[in-house]
Amino acid sequence: MTDVFTGRLTPRADGLHPPPLAPAYRSTALRSPRHAPIRMPSTTTEETGPVFGHDMIAPLDHDLTANFGSGGAIGEQVFVMGHLRDEGGRPIAGALIEVWQANAGGRYRHARDGYLAPLDPGFGGCGRCLTDDAGAYSFRTIRPGAYPWPNGGNDWRPAHIHFSVFGHAFGQRLVTQMYFEGDPHIALCPIVQSIPDPAAIDRLIARLDMGATVPFDARAYRFDITLRGLSATPFGAGA
Amino acid sequence: MTRETASQTAGPYLHIGLLPAAAGLTAAGDEIVAAPVGTVAVGQPIAFRAAIVDGMGAPVTDALVELWQIDGAGHGLWRRSACDGDGHVRFETVRPAALPGQAPHLTLWIVARGIGLPLQTRAYFDDASENNDDPVLARVPAARRKTLMAHRNDDAWTMNIALQGADETVFFNI
Ligand SMILES: [Fe+2]
Repeated sequence: MTDVFTGRLTPRADGLHPPPLAPAYRSTALRSPRHAPIRMPSTTTEETGPVFGHDMIAPLDHDLTANFGSGGAIGEQVFVMGHLRDEGGRPIAGALIEVWQANAGGRYRHARDGYLAPLDPGFGGCGRCLTDDAGAYSFRTIRPGAYPWPNGGNDWRPAHIHFSVFGHAFGQRLVTQMYFEGDPHIALCPIVQSIPDPAAIDRLIARLDMGATVPFDARAYRFDITLRGLSATPFGAGA
Repeated sequence: MTRETASQTAGPYLHIGLLPAAAGLTAAGDEIVAAPVGTVAVGQPIAFRAAIVDGMGAPVTDALVELWQIDGAGHGLWRRSACDGDGHVRFETVRPAALPGQAPHLTLWIVARGIGLPLQTRAYFDDASENNDDPVLARVPAARRKTLMAHRNDDAWTMNIALQGADETVFFNI
């Protein structure tokens, strides 16, 4: 149960992810390796991964409007929902998804964030859940605000939610950011635009889903997530 | 086929989501800690400490590292730790057994502001005879293999992780 053998990882596609050095995103300058990473086929180490249980998830962890302080969070009420699948379209069940975000004014509850927008006493900005048997996940939160950041002179992040995702294999591990349909800052953001593939950027943009929107309650935004694929036929013995 | 979702940096505020209790967000539940569920690590207890520096040799104080390894009995073991003000991450763990065909190692997964796609590397134990036959080490040019070696110090096994520069650590594209 602890080591779920999942099969050989398919190699990562070139040109999909941000390159280590993206000059318009200045923090990459001194944090980007100059050597190309050494390619290697996956081994048992990367083909297995940790398993997380429901006992690690508190009842309100998936509701960021209710899991900190009291009285609810200020901002536009939204559900963020979608499916987690692998590149072969198979749902990934029981996977841990963690999210964090700024409040409606664009301020993080973090010692290093000194932006002038005030903290919201009813909002922490952290949530997590496990995907269900169909790979589905859902959070309730507020739409975060855009915020300025020190990069050049006048850079503003589009409204975004940070995602951390586990698959069944540690080599599938993903961190990313979800954006909101229609935000003009997406096209201006050096972090977003460090992704070379426009189609890959488009898939980070959540769409308004009126079908899942709950009348007189909260609008729904849909964001599906895809993790690296695994070969259909595992090599070697399963654990 | 739908391709993998693109990566984006975890940014400077990753502690809120990944180590919420340490960030003061206790209302969101306890920290996601020991995993896998229901198992106790078997083996020789060790501490492992890595010092992370940037291309100017400055400590990286806002990175987060996840550790994935097997314990002494071959069970998977996962840990998560954030850098301190000196750019150090420390893990209390056990010395891993050797996997079939591989030398004992720790897999390290590193995220931070300025890192668009997480960096993945390994720590090997410099006293392990299996290192000579490890197929992953064999892919690394001999002159750079030393960047993957942890050394025993008084209080911990230690390793330097240079994101850039003359002693740049070897990272893998798996
Ligand atoms: Fe952010």
